Amino acid sequence: MRQGDFVRQMDSGSSAIYGAPSQWHKIHMDLPLLLLLMILAGTGLFVLYSASGQSAHYVNRQLSYYGVGLLVMLVTAQVPPRFLERWAVIPYVGGVALLVSVLLFGVGAKGAQRWLELGGFRFQPSEILKIAVPLMLASYLARRALPPNFKHVFLSLIFIAIPPFLVVLQPDLGTAILIGIAGFFVLFLAGLPKRYLGFALLAAIVVLPLMWFYGLRDYQRQRILTMFDPEADKLGAGWNIIQSTIAIGSGGVHGKGWMQGTQSQLNFLPESHTDFIIAVLAEEFGLIGVLLLMGLFLLIIFRCVMISFRAQSMFGRLLAGSLTLTFFVYIFVNMGMVSGILPVVGVPLPFMSYGGTSIVTLMLGFGMLMSVSTEKKRSG
Amino acid sequence: MNNDRALKNPQLEFRLFMARLLFAILVVIVMSGVLIGRYYYLQVVRYDGLKTLSDSNRVLIQPVPPTRGLIYDRNGVLLADNRSSFNLSIVVERAGEIEPLITELEDLVGVSKSEKKRFYKQLERRRRPYEPVPLRLDLSEKEQGILAVHEYHLPGVEVTVQLLRNYPLGSDTAHVLGYVGRINDREVQELDPVRYSGTLVTGKTGLEKFYEDELLGNVGYQTVETNARGRVMQKLERTDPVEGSDLHLYLDSRLQHLAYETLEGERGAVVAIEIDTGGVLAMASAPTFDANKFVTGISFEHYDELLNSLDRPLFDRVLQGQYPPGSTVKPLYGLAALESGVISQSYHIYDPGFYQLKNEERKFRDWKKGGHGSKISLYDAIVQSCDTFFYDVGVKMTIDTLSEYGSRFGLGEKTGLDMPIERAGIMPSRAWKRGARGLAWYPGDTVNTSIGQGFSLTTPMQLAVATARMASRGDVRVPQLVRKQHTIMPPTKVIQASDRNWNFVHEAMQGVVHNIRGTAKGINKGLNYHIAGKTGTAQVIGIKQDEEYDAELVAKRNRDHALFIAFAPVEDPKIAVAVIVENGEHGSSTAAPVARKIIDAYMNYYPGALGEDKGEDVIGAEVQKNVGAGAG
Repeated sequence: MRQGDFVRQMDSGSSAIYGAPSQWHKIHMDLPLLLLLMILAGTGLFVLYSASGQSAHYVNRQLSYYGVGLLVMLVTAQVPPRFLERWAVIPYVGGVALLVSVLLFGVGAKGAQRWLELGGFRFQPSEILKIAVPLMLASYLARRALPPNFKHVFLSLIFIAIPPFLVVLQPDLGTAILIGIAGFFVLFLAGLPKRYLGFALLAAIVVLPLMWFYGLRDYQRQRILTMFDPEADKLGAGWNIIQSTIAIGSGGVHGKGWMQGTQSQLNFLPESHTDFIIAVLAEEFGLIGVLLLMGLFLLIIFRCVMISFRAQSMFGRLLAGSLTLTFFVYIFVNMGMVSGILPVVGVPLPFMSYGGTSIVTLMLGFGMLMSVSTEKKRSG
Repeated sequence: MNNDRALKNPQLEFRLFMARLLFAILVVIVMSGVLIGRYYYLQVVRYDGLKTLSDSNRVLIQPVPPTRGLIYDRNGVLLADNRSSFNLSIVVERAGEIEPLITELEDLVGVSKSEKKRFYKQLERRRRPYEPVPLRLDLSEKEQGILAVHEYHLPGVEVTVQLLRNYPLGSDTAHVLGYVGRINDREVQELDPVRYSGTLVTGKTGLEKFYEDELLGNVGYQTVETNARGRVMQKLERTDPVEGSDLHLYLDSRLQHLAYETLEGERGAVVAIEIDTGGVLAMASAPTFDANKFVTGISFEHYDELLNSLDRPLFDRVLQGQYPPGSTVKPLYGLAALESGVISQSYHIYDPGFYQLKNEERKFRDWKKGGHGSKISLYDAIVQSCDTFFYDVGVKMTIDTLSEYGSRFGLGEKTGLDMPIERAGIMPSRAWKRGARGLAWYPGDTVNTSIGQGFSLTTPMQLAVATARMASRGDVRVPQLVRKQHTIMPPTKVIQASDRNWNFVHEAMQGVVHNIRGTAKGINKGLNYHIAGKTGTAQVIGIKQDEEYDAELVAKRNRDHALFIAFAPVEDPKIAVAVIVENGEHGSSTAAPVARKIIDAYMNYYPGALGEDKGEDVIGAEVQKNVGAGAG
């Protein structure tokens, strides 16, 4: 950080991060985005209190996750985009190495190896890749002439394919697809020629049936079938969908009121505080609540889109744009799965579902967006 | 890369990016519309229907566990069935504070430490809402009464009827059937949560484990309506479970019981195989235990006692006990010597009581001091169990021939019986020694192997299988406990040997029992059919002397193991038996009488096995002839 010579002096003591004399203005961040995220976090806590059965424990834990996330976001926002661009390969290679070690030494639950244990601390390396893959791709493509030629498209596809391939082996199909999508967004925004898009569509039509018969495990097939006919699997995953559909529908337009949702309060709804929390919101606050939340999400997305437009470099544009679109995909997949139009894959609802990993990863992404947003300030 | 940079056109690139991002925003808006549409559909269009469902969502889905398949012996005698058990469970959602409730239940009906531990463990696992968590199984009538009286102030406490496994023959079948037990933490990870919902137990050992999939069946479910407090008011709809399949065994419960009776007070194993089918008629490992104790969850103290007993009652000696086969392998190696052309039927040696390898000082001793004398033929060597003869012939054959024939009869290989755990034993060979010990094969190893000592190890099941193959003149059948088809299947393979040589070895084995010099002649009294057999003695090596035990006990545990293999009737073999009595010292005195009792009982229960034209007189005459031959 350069020490500023020609910035306005403000009352001292506001921040000690950069040493004295420090200025509020020197902190890189996007105030509208920060405010929107705070409102979202507040809403999340409010719903979580009800969804967890008035558990102060969950709310306190979640609050501390937000705290850690906020710190991560603000620190990330201070890192200049050029630095991110130069070192993007490090988190990518590191993440891939961690994925390999998960397959070799990981600990698992229910037949899946997803976690790495380090000194009693467990984490899921696949989360890192959700950020590292778009970062890597943006850094790679921004340096090339766009739209990318065949060679660069081909190499990009390889960069995109490696992490999801390793994640599928864990096996965690849902996360693998999300990582792949995040990488693909960068390629798309960079101007992937339309003929490739057509080709990709064709390939998907050929590969999908093959995946169904050879690529998927029994339980994965079961989940997809369950989506079409929840009644067939009443004791398993079908139960969740039946119950969440009832919860959403019975909320009506106005909802049953905070902590009045019978479905969630009487424990009919499983996972109500994690992946299925939107069902609690829909039951207790009705369609109005859903629309307000949706509006909040869209406001955040539009703010992020603005940041992407205003970005100073191609790298900043690609990174900000792809992170924004990925954020929307999480929302769509989660809300779609809970309401029964997508298969049940374990994707939490951003900022609403209980859980530290998801929050910290998201805040890391928003930190990068903020870093991009103040790029002009740095160069100016 | 420099080229690429040179071609960059920032303006064009920015326009392209803009276009793409705008397109993406359009998609985002459309997809948001889809989501909102879906929520609108559920919350407005389907509101009435789903609201009603939610109001009456006192409708719960309960799993209906299938009834576990029954197990029958060959004559339809029940070996495993299910009995009703009254269980005390807690519905956590209705119970309020758990700990005071359990303390109160402890005062009323008693709850052991292990039951509490198990309850809390299960509480931590994922479950459906309102799913009762079992606390105590198998309440007595008195305890049910106490709970009924106090029911009004015990919210969430339920007494439910559930079927529990029951083994009517108890300890007779404990090792074969194994037992079911409460699903533990490790199994919870592996078992299909849907299929096991409502099922408390799973097969832990034996047939119960091996055939778990068939026995379990498939879960059904019912939807029930409950009142506001979660109590079931009426059943609405029900999908019946698919009951588990029954198993029909080759086992004869009478022979099984007899096997345990004859082993009473000993440690050892008995295996009887039906030669035509490979079906296991009896397999007993003594001492045994009561499998019923494991079903409801055995207490830690009782389990410790079983686990730490010096007699190791939980250990299945039939499939996991590995013993040197000793002289029981002699008929097999005799056949190998004849078939490989190393010796002829008339070959004979002089036995001074020991054997020496060329250029070696070391003497390999015969069990009989002073030896068996001159003109010892293969027939004599099997009948009298002459070691020197087999030392000589074994070295002539080389280890390669020994291990080749041993393997053909199934030594050193798992038999493939339908049980979860089986050990392979060891049929020593050059390759085995190099692999397992990293050492070259020495001629002295061959000498030891030729009388079934040295590195040789077999399980009682292997010995019985080898005996059945000997009896059937080479028919290789995989032994089976569960009878799947009713016709006799052809053997999977046939061990090739000439009829002349099979006859010779069968005759020699018959001599072991019926010849006046046979090592098992003690069991031929009153026989109205012919038994072919072979005694064996296995040296006990490497038993640690535990100072805690008195000298007499240690002495007994260092005695040799007694073995005996047999088949009968010699003319048309129906049953093959292998017996081992740990520290029984001599095969002839302890193991052979057990085999005789089993075979006698079999002949008695299945008179057809004796054939029709085998009158007393004819058999008597044949015995006479054989005695004459042996003496000559």
